Amino acid sequence: MTGFAYIRGVTTIELDPLLCNGCMMCIKVCPHPVFEALKRAVAIREPNLCIECGACALNCPEGALNVNPGVGCAAAILKGWVTRSKPDCSC
Amino acid sequence: MNTTDVPTVSTRLGLVDRLGRWRVRWGIGRSRYRIPPGLYRVGTPDPSSPVLVTANYKLSFDALRSELQGVDAWVLVLDTMGVNVWCAAGKGTFGTDELVRQVETTGLAEVVSHRKLVAPQLGAPGVAAHEVRRICGFKVVYGPVRARDIPAFLESGMRATDDMRRVTFSLGDRVELVGVELAWVVKWVVPIVAVMVLLAGGESILDRTRTGMLTASPILAGVLAGVVLVPIFLPWIPGRAFSLKGAILGAIVVGATLALTPGVHSVAASIQVFLLGTAVASFLAMQFTGATTFTSPSGVEWEMRRALPLQIGAAVIAGGIAVVRIFGG
Repeated sequence: MTGFAYIRGVTTIELDPLLCNGCMMCIKVCPHPVFEALKRAVAIREPNLCIECGACALNCPEGALNVNPGVGCAAAILKGWVTRSKPDCSC
Repeated sequence: MNTTDVPTVSTRLGLVDRLGRWRVRWGIGRSRYRIPPGLYRVGTPDPSSPVLVTANYKLSFDALRSELQGVDAWVLVLDTMGVNVWCAAGKGTFGTDELVRQVETTGLAEVVSHRKLVAPQLGAPGVAAHEVRRICGFKVVYGPVRARDIPAFLESGMRATDDMRRVTFSLGDRVELVGVELAWVVKWVVPIVAVMVLLAGGESILDRTRTGMLTASPILAGVLAGVVLVPIFLPWIPGRAFSLKGAILGAIVVGATLALTPGVHSVAASIQVFLLGTAVASFLAMQFTGATTFTSPSGVEWEMRRALPLQIGAAVIAGGIAVVRIFGG
């Protein structure tokens, strides 16, 4: 995925290292190299690559991850603004 | 459990499947392109064979089964209302509840002797693996992103390499998407060009068509820039925001079109179509965010809050120039 870098410094992903039990589930479900495996825990290596799909937070059994999930789609966000509802894509 | 009524599906795609794929790529009947949810078999699976989970969008189901030559497996199809795995996971229809429901209604626990479900990795935004296990006793193992890696994944004892876990966005992927985007945009562009041809002056129909097309050409160039050129040249266009990439390419292509059609537009009209064409290219390029694999909603919202006012502003100024040109002189 070299060459593809999106807007920096805006993603909402957060990890509470005190809750992480090192099960590595987040690393398995993340489609981008956002996380880094440490000895008995994970760390967020590159938050700018996060697409906020929410897979890691949903699959974290300890609730150590927090992200505001959604779709990175202008049409969905525009529709959400117009209808004053949660962005939802029609795909 | 009697499994004789579980349908067997081929790993080969027939003519009907290929035609269907072509048709939905053009956006025709896409939401109706579904198969019944439930359990299917590929090859000759036995109770120890793996269970692969997928969505009931026929294109997704076909993509999966066509990669399973030589594999004996059960395929559990969730009811995602005809939506692909990744998008359905985002909506939650490919999710914990539906997965548990299908495990129960198909009586899967009596069909297989193990307690493992291989879910596509891109289904993870909708499925909480630990919840599925807690509710129905099946362990969710996340398989590779792409169906083509499944045979290697199964052979290695259900281990996915880093490459299998990463989404990509190759030139081939982007070219395929251009077709889908074009099919969508043609529905808007054709009527607009038709109106411009109708409004154009001229002696004959041929004359009017020529004048109308020449008048419309900078705007068509803007559409081309936003819908075709930005997706194809995406990684090489400067800027991170899609709206900026679209504005850059739009300005170049619309400007070049104006330069190549001297005498068609007055100076005022040239400024008008330059602004409008660039704004259209920027807006359409921004729409492409939804088709990519690497944009975050926070990022898209960030650029929309900045770009939309500029796009609308450019269009309003262009409209103002048009009004002055028509009524002012």
